[in-house]
Amino acid sequence: MSTETVKPGTAPKPGWSPRDPLRGATGGKESRFVRMLPILSPIGLLVLWEIASRVGVLDDRFFPAPTAIVAQIGPLIESGELLSNTWISVQRVLIGFVIGAVPGLLLGLAMGLYRYLRLIVEPLVAATYPVPKSAIFPLFLLLFGLGEASKVAVVAVGVFFPIVINTAAGVLAIAPVYRDVGRNFRASGFQTFRTVALPGALPLIMTGVKLAIGMALMLIVAAEMLGGDSGLGYLIWNSWQTFSVETMYIALIVISVLGVVFNLIVNEVERLLVPWQRS
Amino acid sequence: MSAVANEAKIRVQGVGKKFTTRSGETIALDDVSLHIAEGQFCSIVGPSGCGKTTLLRMLADLERPTTGSAAIGDPRPGKPIQSLVFQGDSVFPWMTVWDNAAYGLRMRGAPESEIREVVGHYLGKTSLSKFAKAYPHELSGGMRQRVSVARAFANDPDVLLMDEPFSALDEQNKAILQDELLRIWEETRKTVLFITHSVDEAVTLSDRVVVMTARPGRVKVDIDIPLPRPRNRLQLRANPEYGELVYRIWSALQDEVLQTAGLQPEENR
Repeated sequence: MSTETVKPGTAPKPGWSPRDPLRGATGGKESRFVRMLPILSPIGLLVLWEIASRVGVLDDRFFPAPTAIVAQIGPLIESGELLSNTWISVQRVLIGFVIGAVPGLLLGLAMGLYRYLRLIVEPLVAATYPVPKSAIFPLFLLLFGLGEASKVAVVAVGVFFPIVINTAAGVLAIAPVYRDVGRNFRASGFQTFRTVALPGALPLIMTGVKLAIGMALMLIVAAEMLGGDSGLGYLIWNSWQTFSVETMYIALIVISVLGVVFNLIVNEVERLLVPWQRS
Repeated sequence: MSAVANEAKIRVQGVGKKFTTRSGETIALDDVSLHIAEGQFCSIVGPSGCGKTTLLRMLADLERPTTGSAAIGDPRPGKPIQSLVFQGDSVFPWMTVWDNAAYGLRMRGAPESEIREVVGHYLGKTSLSKFAKAYPHELSGGMRQRVSVARAFANDPDVLLMDEPFSALDEQNKAILQDELLRIWEETRKTVLFITHSVDEAVTLSDRVVVMTARPGRVKVDIDIPLPRPRNRLQLRANPEYGELVYRIWSALQDEVLQTAGLQPEENR
Protein backbone atom coordinates (compact mmCIF):
# COMPACT_ATOMS: atom_id res chain seq x y z
CA MET A 1 0.00 0.00 0.00
CA SER A 2 1.18 3.46 -0.78
CA THR A 3 1.18 6.04 1.91
CA GLU A 4 3.02 8.59 -0.21
CA THR A 5 0.15 9.42 -2.58
CA VAL A 6 -2.32 11.31 -0.43
CA LYS A 7 -5.72 11.86 -2.02
CA PRO A 8 -7.23 15.35 -1.92
CA GLY A 9 -9.60 15.74 1.01
CA THR A 10 -7.71 13.23 3.09
CA ALA A 11 -4.72 15.51 3.55
CA PRO A 12 -3.11 14.72 6.88
CA LYS A 13 -3.61 17.26 9.60
CA PRO A 14 -0.54 18.76 11.23
CA GLY A 15 0.95 16.33 13.69
CA TRP A 16 -0.79 13.40 12.05
CA SER A 17 1.52 11.05 10.28
CA PRO A 18 0.04 8.78 7.59
CA ARG A 19 2.09 6.01 9.13
CA ASP A 20 0.52 6.53 12.55
CA PRO A 21 0.19 2.91 13.68
CA LEU A 22 -2.82 3.69 15.91
CA ARG A 23 -4.90 5.13 13.10
CA GLY A 24 -3.79 2.78 10.38
CA ALA A 25 -2.54 3.83 7.01
CA THR A 26 -5.87 3.93 5.19
CA GLY A 27 -7.98 5.69 7.83
CA GLY A 28 -11.72 5.69 6.99
CA LYS A 29 -11.54 2.81 4.53
CA GLU A 30 -10.28 0.42 7.14
CA SER A 31 -12.97 1.36 9.69
CA ARG A 32 -15.65 0.57 7.10
CA PHE A 33 -13.99 -2.79 6.59
CA VAL A 34 -14.00 -3.34 10.35
CA ARG A 35 -17.73 -2.65 10.48
CA MET A 36 -18.31 -5.25 7.77
CA LEU A 37 -16.41 -7.96 9.68
CA PRO A 38 -19.46 -9.46 11.47
CA ILE A 39 -21.13 -9.97 8.08
CA LEU A 40 -17.99 -11.07 6.30
CA SER A 41 -16.98 -13.74 8.79
CA PRO A 42 -19.95 -16.09 8.29
CA ILE A 43 -19.82 -15.54 4.54
CA GLY A 44 -16.13 -16.29 4.61
CA LEU A 45 -16.75 -19.47 6.55
CA LEU A 46 -19.39 -20.61 4.04
CA VAL A 47 -17.03 -19.85 1.13
CA LEU A 48 -14.23 -21.80 2.81
CA TRP A 49 -16.61 -24.66 3.48
CA GLU A 50 -17.76 -24.65 -0.15
CA ILE A 51 -14.21 -24.72 -1.47
CA ALA A 52 -13.03 -27.28 1.05
CA SER A 53 -15.79 -29.76 0.30
CA ARG A 54 -15.51 -29.29 -3.48
CA VAL A 55 -11.74 -29.72 -3.43
CA GLY A 56 -12.10 -32.72 -1.14
CA VAL A 57 -10.42 -31.36 1.97
CA LEU A 58 -13.77 -31.94 3.73
CA ASP A 59 -15.55 -35.24 3.25
CA ASP A 60 -18.66 -34.17 1.33
CA ARG A 61 -20.60 -37.16 2.65
CA PHE A 62 -20.63 -35.45 6.08
CA PHE A 63 -20.10 -31.83 5.00
CA PRO A 64 -21.87 -31.35 1.68
CA ALA A 65 -21.13 -28.00 0.03
CA PRO A 66 -23.49 -25.20 1.11
CA THR A 67 -24.73 -24.86 -2.48
CA ALA A 68 -25.62 -28.57 -2.50
CA ILE A 69 -27.61 -28.10 0.71
CA VAL A 70 -29.45 -25.07 -0.67
CA ALA A 71 -30.27 -27.01 -3.84
CA GLN A 72 -32.12 -29.57 -1.72
CA ILE A 73 -34.42 -26.98 -0.09
CA GLY A 74 -36.68 -26.66 -3.16
CA PRO A 75 -37.46 -30.38 -3.55
CA LEU A 76 -37.92 -30.76 0.21
CA ILE A 77 -40.48 -27.97 0.28
CA GLU A 78 -42.23 -29.32 -2.83
CA SER A 79 -42.62 -32.76 -1.28
CA GLY A 80 -44.33 -31.03 1.68
CA GLU A 81 -41.98 -32.83 4.04
CA LEU A 82 -40.22 -29.73 5.34
CA LEU A 83 -43.24 -27.52 5.95
CA SER A 84 -45.44 -30.19 7.53
CA ASN A 85 -42.70 -31.30 9.92
CA THR A 86 -41.83 -27.70 10.79
CA TRP A 87 -45.47 -26.88 11.45
CA ILE A 88 -45.89 -29.94 13.69
CA SER A 89 -42.85 -28.98 15.77
CA VAL A 90 -44.01 -25.35 16.03
CA GLN A 91 -47.44 -26.50 17.19
CA ARG A 92 -45.95 -28.74 19.85
CA VAL A 93 -43.68 -25.95 21.05
CA LEU A 94 -46.54 -23.42 21.25
CA ILE A 95 -48.99 -25.76 23.02
CA GLY A 96 -46.30 -26.98 25.42
CA PHE A 97 -45.24 -23.38 26.02
CA VAL A 98 -48.74 -22.28 27.03
CA ILE A 99 -49.28 -25.33 29.24
CA GLY A 100 -45.95 -24.75 31.00
CA ALA A 101 -45.87 -20.95 31.08
CA VAL A 102 -49.32 -20.20 32.53
CA PRO A 103 -48.90 -22.24 35.73
CA GLY A 104 -45.27 -21.10 35.94
CA LEU A 105 -46.37 -17.48 35.80
CA LEU A 106 -49.15 -17.87 38.39
CA LEU A 107 -47.05 -19.92 40.79
CA GLY A 108 -44.10 -17.54 40.38
CA LEU A 109 -46.27 -14.50 41.16
CA ALA A 110 -47.75 -16.21 44.22
CA MET A 111 -44.30 -17.32 45.40
CA GLY A 112 -43.03 -13.76 45.10
CA LEU A 113 -45.98 -12.35 47.03
CA TYR A 114 -46.46 -14.94 49.77
CA ARG A 115 -43.46 -15.84 51.86
CA TYR A 116 -44.90 -19.06 53.28
CA LEU A 117 -45.70 -20.43 49.86
CA ARG A 118 -42.17 -19.51 48.76
CA LEU A 119 -40.65 -21.36 51.72
CA ILE A 120 -42.66 -24.47 50.83
CA VAL A 121 -42.23 -24.48 47.04
CA GLU A 122 -38.71 -23.11 46.62
CA PRO A 123 -36.85 -26.26 47.77
CA LEU A 124 -39.02 -28.40 45.50
CA VAL A 125 -38.19 -26.21 42.51
CA ALA A 126 -34.51 -26.11 43.43
CA ALA A 127 -34.36 -29.91 43.70
CA THR A 128 -36.17 -30.70 40.45
CA TYR A 129 -34.80 -27.88 38.27
CA PRO A 130 -31.32 -29.38 37.70
CA VAL A 131 -32.71 -32.69 36.41
CA PRO A 132 -32.27 -32.63 32.62
CA LYS A 133 -35.76 -32.59 31.17
CA SER A 134 -34.71 -34.93 28.37
CA ALA A 135 -33.85 -37.49 31.07
CA ILE A 136 -37.45 -37.67 32.20
CA PHE A 137 -38.80 -38.06 28.67
CA PRO A 138 -38.92 -41.88 29.00
CA LEU A 139 -41.12 -41.40 32.06
CA PHE A 140 -43.44 -39.21 30.02
CA LEU A 141 -43.50 -41.90 27.32
CA LEU A 142 -44.68 -44.35 29.99
CA LEU A 143 -47.24 -41.89 31.34
CA PHE A 144 -48.58 -40.39 28.12
CA GLY A 145 -47.65 -42.88 25.43
CA LEU A 146 -45.94 -42.30 22.09
CA GLY A 147 -48.42 -39.67 20.86
CA GLU A 148 -48.55 -35.91 21.12
CA ALA A 149 -49.09 -35.72 24.88
CA SER A 150 -45.63 -36.91 25.89
CA LYS A 151 -43.88 -34.41 23.59
CA VAL A 152 -46.05 -31.49 24.65
CA ALA A 153 -45.53 -32.49 28.29
CA VAL A 154 -41.74 -32.45 28.11
CA VAL A 155 -41.82 -29.02 26.48
CA ALA A 156 -44.25 -27.77 29.14
CA VAL A 157 -41.99 -28.96 31.95
CA GLY A 158 -38.95 -27.38 30.31
CA VAL A 159 -40.78 -24.07 29.92
CA PHE A 160 -42.25 -24.12 33.42
CA PHE A 161 -38.93 -23.83 35.27
CA PRO A 162 -37.36 -20.72 33.74
CA ILE A 163 -40.73 -18.96 33.92
CA VAL A 164 -41.50 -19.82 37.55
CA ILE A 165 -37.96 -18.97 38.70
CA ASN A 166 -37.76 -15.67 36.83
CA THR A 167 -41.27 -14.62 37.80
CA ALA A 168 -40.67 -15.22 41.51
CA ALA A 169 -37.34 -13.38 41.28
CA GLY A 170 -39.06 -10.57 39.38
CA VAL A 171 -41.67 -10.07 42.10
CA LEU A 172 -39.01 -10.14 44.81
CA ALA A 173 -37.00 -7.52 42.93
CA ILE A 174 -39.88 -5.02 43.12
CA ALA A 175 -38.96 -2.25 45.57
CA PRO A 176 -40.94 -2.72 48.84
CA VAL A 177 -42.33 0.81 48.61
CA TYR A 178 -44.61 -0.22 45.71
CA ARG A 179 -46.27 -2.90 47.83
CA ASP A 180 -46.69 -0.33 50.60
CA VAL A 181 -48.39 1.95 48.08
CA GLY A 182 -50.73 -0.90 47.14
CA ARG A 183 -51.53 -1.54 50.80
CA ASN A 184 -51.98 2.14 51.58
CA PHE A 185 -54.46 2.52 48.74
CA ARG A 186 -56.27 -0.61 49.94
CA ALA A 187 -55.57 -2.76 46.89
CA SER A 188 -57.10 -6.22 47.32
CA GLY A 189 -55.05 -9.39 46.85
CA PHE A 190 -56.07 -9.71 43.22
CA GLN A 191 -55.55 -5.97 42.59
CA THR A 192 -52.04 -6.24 44.05
CA PHE A 193 -51.39 -9.16 41.67
CA ARG A 194 -52.57 -7.17 38.69
CA THR A 195 -51.25 -3.68 39.44
CA VAL A 196 -48.02 -4.32 41.34
CA ALA A 197 -46.66 -7.88 41.16
CA LEU A 198 -47.32 -8.67 37.49
CA PRO A 199 -46.24 -5.38 35.88
CA GLY A 200 -43.32 -4.98 38.29
CA ALA A 201 -42.03 -8.47 37.51
CA LEU A 202 -42.58 -8.25 33.74
CA PRO A 203 -39.01 -7.34 32.76
CA LEU A 204 -37.65 -10.48 34.43
CA ILE A 205 -40.62 -12.56 33.25
CA MET A 206 -39.70 -11.66 29.66
CA THR A 207 -36.14 -12.84 30.32
CA GLY A 208 -37.67 -16.12 31.52
CA VAL A 209 -39.78 -16.35 28.37
CA LYS A 210 -36.68 -16.03 26.18
CA LEU A 211 -34.87 -18.74 28.10
CA ALA A 212 -38.00 -20.91 27.93
CA ILE A 213 -38.24 -20.62 24.14
CA GLY A 214 -34.68 -21.87 23.72
CA MET A 215 -35.38 -24.69 26.14
CA ALA A 216 -38.58 -25.62 24.30
CA LEU A 217 -36.82 -25.90 20.93
CA MET A 218 -34.05 -28.03 22.42
CA LEU A 219 -36.52 -30.39 24.07
CA ILE A 220 -38.93 -30.80 21.17
CA VAL A 221 -36.09 -31.86 18.86
CA ALA A 222 -34.80 -34.36 21.43
CA ALA A 223 -38.30 -35.72 22.06
CA GLU A 224 -39.08 -36.10 18.36
CA MET A 225 -35.79 -37.94 17.81
CA LEU A 226 -36.53 -40.40 20.60
CA GLY A 227 -40.17 -41.14 20.11
CA GLY A 228 -41.59 -39.55 17.04
CA ASP A 229 -42.71 -40.08 13.49
CA SER A 230 -43.03 -36.38 12.68
CA GLY A 231 -41.44 -33.04 13.42
CA LEU A 232 -38.03 -31.48 12.80
CA GLY A 233 -36.32 -33.79 15.29
CA TYR A 234 -37.75 -36.79 13.46
CA LEU A 235 -36.63 -35.30 10.13
CA ILE A 236 -33.06 -35.04 11.40
CA TRP A 237 -33.10 -38.55 12.86
CA ASN A 238 -34.68 -40.00 9.73
CA SER A 239 -32.20 -38.33 7.41
CA TRP A 240 -29.38 -39.80 9.46
CA GLN A 241 -30.90 -43.26 9.04
CA THR A 242 -31.43 -42.76 5.29
CA PHE A 243 -28.10 -40.97 5.01
CA SER A 244 -29.59 -37.87 3.38
CA VAL A 245 -27.18 -35.47 4.97
CA GLU A 246 -28.44 -32.41 3.07
CA THR A 247 -31.91 -32.81 4.61
CA MET A 248 -30.33 -33.03 8.04
CA TYR A 249 -28.56 -29.71 7.51
CA ILE A 250 -31.73 -28.09 6.21
CA ALA A 251 -33.64 -29.18 9.32
CA LEU A 252 -30.83 -27.74 11.48
CA ILE A 253 -31.09 -24.43 9.62
CA VAL A 254 -34.86 -24.35 10.07
CA ILE A 255 -34.48 -24.89 13.84
CA SER A 256 -31.99 -22.06 14.01
CA VAL A 257 -34.30 -19.79 12.00
CA LEU A 258 -37.21 -20.73 14.30
CA GLY A 259 -35.12 -19.68 17.29
CA VAL A 260 -34.36 -16.32 15.71
CA VAL A 261 -37.99 -15.73 14.68
CA PHE A 262 -39.35 -16.65 18.12
CA ASN A 263 -36.84 -14.28 19.69
CA LEU A 264 -37.86 -11.43 17.39
CA ILE A 265 -41.51 -12.00 18.29
CA VAL A 266 -40.75 -12.05 22.02
CA ASN A 267 -38.71 -8.84 21.70
CA GLU A 268 -41.63 -7.16 19.96
CA VAL A 269 -44.08 -8.40 22.62
CA GLU A 270 -41.69 -7.10 25.28
CA ARG A 271 -41.63 -3.68 23.67
CA LEU A 272 -45.43 -3.57 23.76
CA LEU A 273 -45.84 -4.93 27.29
CA VAL A 274 -43.01 -3.04 28.97
CA PRO A 275 -43.14 0.40 27.36
CA TRP A 276 -42.05 2.00 30.62
CA GLN A 277 -38.62 0.45 30.69
CA ARG A 278 -35.65 2.67 30.04
CA SER A 279 -33.93 1.37 26.94
CA MET B 1 -58.75 11.86 77.92
CA SER B 2 -59.68 15.51 77.58
CA ALA B 3 -62.57 16.80 75.49
CA VAL B 4 -60.08 18.11 72.91
CA ALA B 5 -58.56 14.66 72.57
CA ASN B 6 -61.96 13.12 72.04
CA GLU B 7 -62.79 15.49 69.22
CA ALA B 8 -59.40 15.16 67.55
CA LYS B 9 -59.19 13.73 64.05
CA ILE B 10 -55.84 12.09 64.63
CA ARG B 11 -55.46 10.47 68.04
CA VAL B 12 -52.08 9.17 69.09
CA GLN B 13 -52.25 7.95 72.67
CA GLY B 14 -49.22 6.68 74.61
CA VAL B 15 -47.61 5.11 71.56
CA GLY B 16 -44.39 3.15 72.02
CA LYS B 17 -42.51 1.10 69.44
CA LYS B 18 -39.73 -1.40 70.01
CA PHE B 19 -37.71 -2.97 67.22
CA THR B 20 -35.82 -6.18 67.87
CA THR B 21 -32.62 -6.33 65.89
CA ARG B 22 -29.59 -8.59 66.06
CA SER B 23 -27.80 -6.12 68.31
CA GLY B 24 -30.70 -6.06 70.74
CA GLU B 25 -33.81 -4.02 71.31
CA THR B 26 -34.21 -0.49 70.03
CA ILE B 27 -36.88 1.78 71.41
CA ALA B 28 -37.92 3.94 68.47
CA LEU B 29 -40.85 5.70 70.11
CA ASP B 30 -41.58 6.14 73.81
CA ASP B 31 -44.99 7.23 75.08
CA VAL B 32 -45.92 9.64 72.31
CA SER B 33 -49.29 11.35 72.59
CA LEU B 34 -50.54 13.73 69.94
CA HIS B 35 -53.99 14.96 69.05
CA ILE B 36 -54.61 16.77 65.81
CA ALA B 37 -57.87 18.59 65.15
CA GLU B 38 -59.87 18.21 61.97
CA GLY B 39 -58.61 20.53 59.25
CA GLN B 40 -55.28 21.24 60.93
CA PHE B 41 -51.95 21.15 59.08
CA CYS B 42 -49.50 19.73 61.61
CA SER B 43 -45.80 19.08 61.02
CA ILE B 44 -43.44 16.92 63.00
CA VAL B 45 -39.76 17.81 62.96
CA GLY B 46 -37.09 15.79 64.68
CA PRO B 47 -33.58 14.45 64.21
CA SER B 48 -33.03 11.45 61.94
CA GLY B 49 -34.02 8.18 63.57
CA CYS B 50 -36.41 9.75 66.07
CA GLY B 51 -39.25 7.53 64.87
CA LYS B 52 -41.30 10.16 63.07
CA THR B 53 -41.65 8.04 59.96
CA THR B 54 -42.58 5.04 62.13
CA LEU B 55 -45.36 7.10 63.72
CA LEU B 56 -46.67 8.08 60.31
CA ARG B 57 -46.56 4.49 59.05
CA MET B 58 -48.64 3.44 62.05
CA LEU B 59 -51.32 5.93 61.09
CA ALA B 60 -51.05 4.68 57.50
CA ASP B 61 -51.74 1.14 58.76
CA LEU B 62 -48.37 -0.12 57.53
CA GLU B 63 -47.02 -0.76 61.05
CA ARG B 64 -48.43 -1.45 64.52
CA PRO B 65 -47.49 0.24 67.77
CA THR B 66 -45.96 -1.95 70.50
CA THR B 67 -47.95 -0.07 73.13
CA GLY B 68 -50.69 2.56 72.99
CA SER B 69 -52.82 3.37 70.00
CA ALA B 70 -52.62 5.48 66.87
CA ALA B 71 -55.92 6.03 65.13
CA ILE B 72 -57.87 8.37 62.89
CA GLY B 73 -61.39 9.14 64.05
CA ASP B 74 -64.79 9.59 62.44
CA PRO B 75 -64.27 8.51 58.87
CA ARG B 76 -66.69 9.90 56.31
CA PRO B 77 -68.77 7.05 54.95
CA GLY B 78 -67.57 5.75 51.60
CA LYS B 79 -64.31 7.72 51.65
CA PRO B 80 -60.83 6.47 52.45
CA ILE B 81 -59.51 7.36 55.90
CA GLN B 82 -55.99 8.32 54.87
CA SER B 83 -53.48 8.40 52.04
CA LEU B 84 -49.75 8.51 52.38
CA VAL B 85 -47.33 10.52 50.26
CA PHE B 86 -44.17 8.46 50.48
CA GLN B 87 -40.61 9.61 50.94
CA GLY B 88 -38.65 9.34 47.69
CA ASP B 89 -39.84 7.70 44.49
CA SER B 90 -43.08 5.82 44.95
CA VAL B 91 -45.02 6.34 41.73
CA PHE B 92 -45.34 3.11 39.76
CA PRO B 93 -42.83 3.15 36.88
CA TRP B 94 -45.15 0.87 34.89
CA MET B 95 -48.11 3.25 34.91
CA THR B 96 -48.59 6.52 33.10
CA VAL B 97 -48.92 9.73 35.11
CA TRP B 98 -52.70 9.52 34.67
CA ASP B 99 -52.96 5.90 35.84
CA ASN B 100 -50.73 6.65 38.82
CA ALA B 101 -52.87 9.58 39.89
CA ALA B 102 -56.04 7.50 39.39
CA TYR B 103 -54.70 4.55 41.39
CA GLY B 104 -56.54 5.14 44.68
CA LEU B 105 -59.84 5.86 42.95
CA ARG B 106 -59.54 2.76 40.76
CA MET B 107 -58.66 0.54 43.72
CA ARG B 108 -61.85 1.56 45.48
CA GLY B 109 -63.93 1.17 42.34
CA ALA B 110 -64.87 4.81 41.80
CA PRO B 111 -66.94 5.42 38.65
CA GLU B 112 -64.94 6.38 35.56
CA SER B 113 -66.67 9.78 35.31
CA GLU B 114 -65.51 10.69 38.83
CA ILE B 115 -61.98 9.49 38.03
CA ARG B 116 -61.85 11.65 34.90
CA GLU B 117 -63.01 14.73 36.77
CA VAL B 118 -60.94 14.37 39.96
CA VAL B 119 -57.71 13.18 38.35
CA GLY B 120 -57.96 15.86 35.67
CA HIS B 121 -58.44 18.47 38.40
CA TYR B 122 -55.39 17.48 40.46
CA LEU B 123 -53.12 16.95 37.46
CA GLY B 124 -54.07 20.51 36.52
CA LYS B 125 -53.29 21.75 40.03
CA THR B 126 -49.89 20.09 39.92
CA SER B 127 -49.15 21.35 36.36
CA LEU B 128 -49.01 17.80 35.02
CA SER B 129 -51.92 17.85 32.53
CA LYS B 130 -49.56 17.87 29.58
CA PHE B 131 -47.77 14.80 30.91
CA ALA B 132 -50.83 12.63 31.61
CA LYS B 133 -49.70 9.98 29.12
CA ALA B 134 -46.00 10.08 30.05
CA TYR B 135 -44.27 7.37 32.05
CA PRO B 136 -42.41 8.35 35.23
CA HIS B 137 -38.96 7.73 33.75
CA GLU B 138 -39.67 10.54 31.28
CA LEU B 139 -40.20 13.01 34.15
CA SER B 140 -37.85 14.85 36.50
CA GLY B 141 -37.70 13.96 40.19
CA GLY B 142 -39.79 17.02 41.09
CA MET B 143 -42.49 16.06 38.61
CA ARG B 144 -42.60 12.49 39.89
CA GLN B 145 -43.14 13.79 43.41
CA ARG B 146 -45.96 15.96 42.10
CA VAL B 147 -47.58 12.82 40.70
CA SER B 148 -47.34 11.29 44.17
CA VAL B 149 -49.02 14.35 45.72
CA ALA B 150 -51.73 14.33 43.04
CA ARG B 151 -52.31 10.60 43.65
CA ALA B 152 -52.86 11.19 47.36
CA PHE B 153 -55.15 14.21 46.93
CA ALA B 154 -57.15 12.57 44.12
CA ASN B 155 -57.96 9.67 46.45
CA ASP B 156 -59.84 12.26 48.55
CA PRO B 157 -58.94 10.86 51.97
CA ASP B 158 -59.99 12.31 55.34
CA VAL B 159 -56.38 12.69 56.37
CA LEU B 160 -53.22 13.19 54.34
CA LEU B 161 -50.03 11.74 55.71
CA MET B 162 -46.87 13.11 54.14
CA ASP B 163 -43.48 11.57 54.82
CA GLU B 164 -40.73 14.06 53.93
CA PRO B 165 -42.24 14.27 50.45
CA PHE B 166 -39.87 16.96 49.19
CA SER B 167 -36.66 15.95 50.96
CA ALA B 168 -35.05 14.46 47.86
CA LEU B 169 -35.63 17.57 45.74
CA ASP B 170 -33.34 20.52 45.16
CA GLU B 171 -34.13 23.90 46.78
CA GLN B 172 -35.88 25.38 43.77
CA ASN B 173 -38.12 22.41 43.09
CA LYS B 174 -38.84 22.19 46.80
CA ALA B 175 -39.98 25.84 46.82
CA ILE B 176 -42.27 25.29 43.84
CA LEU B 177 -43.85 22.19 45.36
CA GLN B 178 -44.34 23.89 48.73
CA ASP B 179 -46.21 26.72 47.04
CA GLU B 180 -48.27 24.20 45.10
CA LEU B 181 -49.08 22.27 48.27
CA LEU B 182 -50.08 25.49 50.07
CA ARG B 183 -52.50 26.34 47.27
CA ILE B 184 -54.06 22.89 47.06
CA TRP B 185 -54.30 22.57 50.83
CA GLU B 186 -55.85 25.99 51.37
CA GLU B 187 -58.56 24.98 48.91
CA THR B 188 -59.30 21.56 50.48
CA ARG B 189 -58.37 22.15 54.16
CA LYS B 190 -57.80 18.48 54.82
CA THR B 191 -56.23 17.30 58.04
CA VAL B 192 -52.52 16.85 57.29
CA LEU B 193 -49.71 15.27 59.25
CA PHE B 194 -46.47 16.26 57.57
CA ILE B 195 -43.06 14.84 58.46
CA THR B 196 -39.99 16.89 57.63
CA HIS B 197 -36.50 17.63 58.84
CA SER B 198 -36.67 21.15 57.46
CA VAL B 199 -37.74 23.76 60.05
CA ASP B 200 -38.38 26.32 57.30
CA GLU B 201 -40.67 23.93 55.48
CA ALA B 202 -42.57 23.11 58.68
CA VAL B 203 -43.18 26.77 59.57
CA THR B 204 -44.09 27.71 55.99
CA LEU B 205 -46.76 25.05 55.63
CA SER B 206 -48.17 24.34 59.08
CA ASP B 207 -50.67 25.53 61.65
CA ARG B 208 -48.69 23.70 64.29
CA VAL B 209 -45.21 22.22 64.61
CA VAL B 210 -44.32 19.37 66.95
CA VAL B 211 -40.63 18.89 67.77
CA MET B 212 -39.54 15.37 68.69
CA THR B 213 -36.56 14.31 70.78
CA ALA B 214 -33.71 12.11 69.61
CA ARG B 215 -34.27 8.36 69.96
CA PRO B 216 -36.28 7.22 71.77
CA GLY B 217 -38.68 9.70 70.19
CA ARG B 218 -40.94 11.73 72.47
CA VAL B 219 -42.82 14.97 71.96
CA LYS B 220 -40.50 17.77 73.08
CA VAL B 221 -42.41 20.95 72.30
CA ASP B 222 -45.62 21.77 70.51
CA ILE B 223 -45.68 25.20 68.85
CA ASP B 224 -48.62 26.98 67.22
CA ILE B 225 -47.90 28.78 63.95
CA PRO B 226 -50.40 31.65 63.87
CA LEU B 227 -49.18 33.07 60.56
CA PRO B 228 -52.09 34.31 58.42
CA ARG B 229 -53.40 32.41 55.40
CA PRO B 230 -53.44 32.28 52.45
CA ARG B 231 -49.70 32.18 52.72
CA ASN B 232 -47.03 32.96 50.22
CA ARG B 233 -43.71 31.27 50.80
CA LEU B 234 -41.68 34.32 49.81
CA GLN B 235 -43.68 36.93 51.73
CA LEU B 236 -43.53 34.81 54.88
CA ARG B 237 -39.79 35.25 54.94
CA ALA B 238 -40.20 39.03 55.25
CA ASN B 239 -42.44 38.56 58.29
CA PRO B 240 -40.48 39.00 61.61
CA GLU B 241 -42.83 36.54 63.29
CA TYR B 242 -41.66 33.87 60.83
CA GLY B 243 -38.05 34.35 61.88
CA GLU B 244 -39.02 34.18 65.52
CA LEU B 245 -40.89 30.90 65.04
CA VAL B 246 -38.02 29.35 63.12
CA TYR B 247 -35.68 30.46 65.93
CA ARG B 248 -37.90 28.94 68.63
CA ILE B 249 -38.19 25.62 66.83
CA TRP B 250 -34.48 25.45 66.04
CA SER B 251 -33.66 26.16 69.70
CA ALA B 252 -35.76 23.17 70.74
CA LEU B 253 -34.38 20.98 67.97
CA GLN B 254 -30.70 21.85 68.32
CA ASP B 255 -29.86 19.69 71.36
CA GLU B 256 -31.61 16.71 69.79
CA VAL B 257 -29.78 17.05 66.52
CA LEU B 258 -26.43 17.38 68.31
CA GLN B 259 -27.18 14.33 70.39
CA THR B 260 -28.05 12.30 67.29
CA ALA B 261 -24.85 13.45 65.63
CA GLY B 262 -22.92 12.14 68.66
CA LEU B 263 -22.01 15.60 69.95
CA GLN B 264 -22.68 17.01 73.42
CA PRO B 265 -25.21 19.83 73.62
CA GLU B 266 -23.59 23.16 74.52
CA GLU B 267 -23.80 24.05 78.22
CA ASN B 268 -23.77 27.84 77.91
CA ARG B 269 -27.22 28.42 76.58
